[in-house]
Amino acid sequence: MLKMRAMKNRVISPSPHVHSGDSIEKNMYGVLIALIPAFICSVLFFGLGAVLVTLTSVVACLVFEYAIQQFLLRKRPTIFDGSALITGVLLAFNLPSNIPLWIVVIGALVAIGIGKMSFGGLGFNIFNPALVGRVYLLISFPVQMTTWPVPAGVTTPLTDAATGATPLALMKAAVNTGKPVSELISSGVVSGYRDLFLGNLGGSLGEVAAFALLIGFVYLLFRKIITWHIPVMIFVTVFVFAGILHLANPDLFINPVFHLLTGGMMLGAIFMATDYVTSPMSVKGMTVYGIGIGILTVLIRQFGAYPEGMSFAILIMNALTPLLNRYFKPARFA
Amino acid sequence: MLKTFKIGGVHPPENKWTADGKIEVLPVPEEVVIPLGQHIGAPATPVVQKGDHVKAGQLIGEAAGFVSAAVHSSVSGTVTAVEERPDAGGIPRPVVVIKVEGDEWMEGINRSERAEHNITASKEEILKAIGAAGIVGMGGAAFPTRVKLSPPPGNTAELLIINGVECEPYLTADHRIMLERAEDIVVGTMILMKALGVKKAVIGIENNKPDAIGKLQGIATKVLGVEICPLKVKYPQGGEKQLIKAVTGKTVPSCGLPIAVGAVVQNVGTALAVYEAVMKRKPLVERIVTVTGTSVKKPGNFLCRIGTPISRLIEAAGGLPADSAKVICGGPMMGRAMANLDAPVTKGTSGILILSEKEALRKPESNCIRCSKCVSVCPMGLEPYLLMDLSRFQLPERLETEKVMDCIECGSCSFTCPSHRPLLDYIRLGKGRTGVMIRNRKK
Repeated sequence: MLKMRAMKNRVISPSPHVHSGDSIEKNMYGVLIALIPAFICSVLFFGLGAVLVTLTSVVACLVFEYAIQQFLLRKRPTIFDGSALITGVLLAFNLPSNIPLWIVVIGALVAIGIGKMSFGGLGFNIFNPALVGRVYLLISFPVQMTTWPVPAGVTTPLTDAATGATPLALMKAAVNTGKPVSELISSGVVSGYRDLFLGNLGGSLGEVAAFALLIGFVYLLFRKIITWHIPVMIFVTVFVFAGILHLANPDLFINPVFHLLTGGMMLGAIFMATDYVTSPMSVKGMTVYGIGIGILTVLIRQFGAYPEGMSFAILIMNALTPLLNRYFKPARFA
Repeated sequence: MLKTFKIGGVHPPENKWTADGKIEVLPVPEEVVIPLGQHIGAPATPVVQKGDHVKAGQLIGEAAGFVSAAVHSSVSGTVTAVEERPDAGGIPRPVVVIKVEGDEWMEGINRSERAEHNITASKEEILKAIGAAGIVGMGGAAFPTRVKLSPPPGNTAELLIINGVECEPYLTADHRIMLERAEDIVVGTMILMKALGVKKAVIGIENNKPDAIGKLQGIATKVLGVEICPLKVKYPQGGEKQLIKAVTGKTVPSCGLPIAVGAVVQNVGTALAVYEAVMKRKPLVERIVTVTGTSVKKPGNFLCRIGTPISRLIEAAGGLPADSAKVICGGPMMGRAMANLDAPVTKGTSGILILSEKEALRKPESNCIRCSKCVSVCPMGLEPYLLMDLSRFQLPERLETEKVMDCIECGSCSFTCPSHRPLLDYIRLGKGRTGVMIRNRKK
């Protein structure tokens, strides 16, 4: 007769008895892989500065997360689950490549300490930690945060970059001085759409190369790490809303394609708005969330005090996410 | 485009290694332990006593009420005890223990291999024969078939769906009978159609079993009203509501029965048992069980008598591998881990799966990262992450409004969770608590 004792280590647990093998690490490192093309582009455009800022941000995030978990919360540190790494990279991608490194460290402390750990760590934060850090720095160090190096050009990379304004800041300046925005590109003040697509424009180190970020998007979809709903809803909403404004008054409101290719649009829509923890759980919720981010971004860019709107739009919708989860349920079977 | 259900679902590795293994007949053991409660509902009332001599196919337990089923002896011999013995989970249940002597069958049971395809029995005779043979759902749930064939007043069945999906990984018992007993299954289907008074039956089979689809299609073309429906592979397509959705596109309402959309679902194994009961007057005393696992030496599909100790099946498959850590009665997604390997094979035992320590151990759980993967795989459109929290905080009212009672316990959420959270464990607890609350309210 066979006895259960015949088994050295017996396990009795409820079903299911098998697992897909998916893990937090697989998803987080998948996102990091998707960020590689954009990182390569930023190194090509901005040189050593991009590497230093990214490295500082990542190391600072990991150190702060470890220190807080080990000494403040007295928990087992989980710094290698990849989430702090992503926060570090995304924070760096939202900073100019010539920013003083001590400011980056402060940003990392705010992102991890206030943005993430103060809520209880991974899974409990209400706001995207990297954006909390970024917005804190934007408000505290407005000069350093808006002095943008301009890439020397795709054809002659790795040269010393001059500083200048971002296309969105130029647009805002044009609107404020009463100049028609339609002349920005035709007069050569802002580079053409091809350059905007390739990333040949001033801006934060990781946000400029639209095509590289789109490659990352395709990878994320292929690995099924994220679904298309949030990014596509943001793109469609921005295109439609900015398009309506443009048709109403082309001198005051710029072409919607310009909105899609500039500022933190691609980085925000693909990598920040889709953050698991701070985005809604149901497809309906994601759709409303994406539309909200799109509308708020265009409103802030066109009518707000800041030229950039993506960060604020995402943070505002982050705050609404628990509410969206409550009122937008998934399609039930019956 | 092949048909399938619309929302959720997962694709666990199929691992159906025994699909080509012909059904082997397991020798009759020296002793069988036949539980009186092998079905959903009241356990049968024993009609034999210690010392009685019984023949194979003889009634040993009478159905105790409407939702109950008769139990028959699967062997000939002497009753040595009518007592309580631990079941596969270790919980004592009433059983009849029979010491085997020879293999003598009850008179009137046709044990010849000859096919009987001429249905002469009337609707009432069919229902009576199915009840008398103690037939229950063979897919695992073991709901008395006689009850399922008696729609509540005001409902009429329009369509019979035969479940040949076998969406649980590893299991191949249904696959084998569809290959080896295809004609009998089609005849069983026709008997069930007559019992229900329906003109149409659909046999749903996932397209990972093209041989079974081909074989049954060849036979069904000669029969009026029986149709084969190949389905896209997706777990849990064998779930009643999912299968109805896949085949007909109709949605069974929340907490409703399939009959609400005019459908009755029966497993292929049940159709075969119905054939044997009606055409051969043979009660349900045998079934096919798949025994498999990564380290199992001779995995296979075995025809065994009800009441055979599961340890005998494992021995027939080459013994318990050295690295075994978990033995599961059923499939890996919905089966139950066994605490007692000497527990008997019952009418609902579809497979025995042996997992190694590496496969059996759960990884430690970590924080929910709110990735919403559990929401996207739930075939009932529920929010497992939320249900787990509501269950932990013991909020049955909220659980009820979030439709916890719709959960079919398929395990897709726990299977998918990147944080290895025990979602279904907590949902089951919450479901139990909510069920008690609802029943108390009705009182």
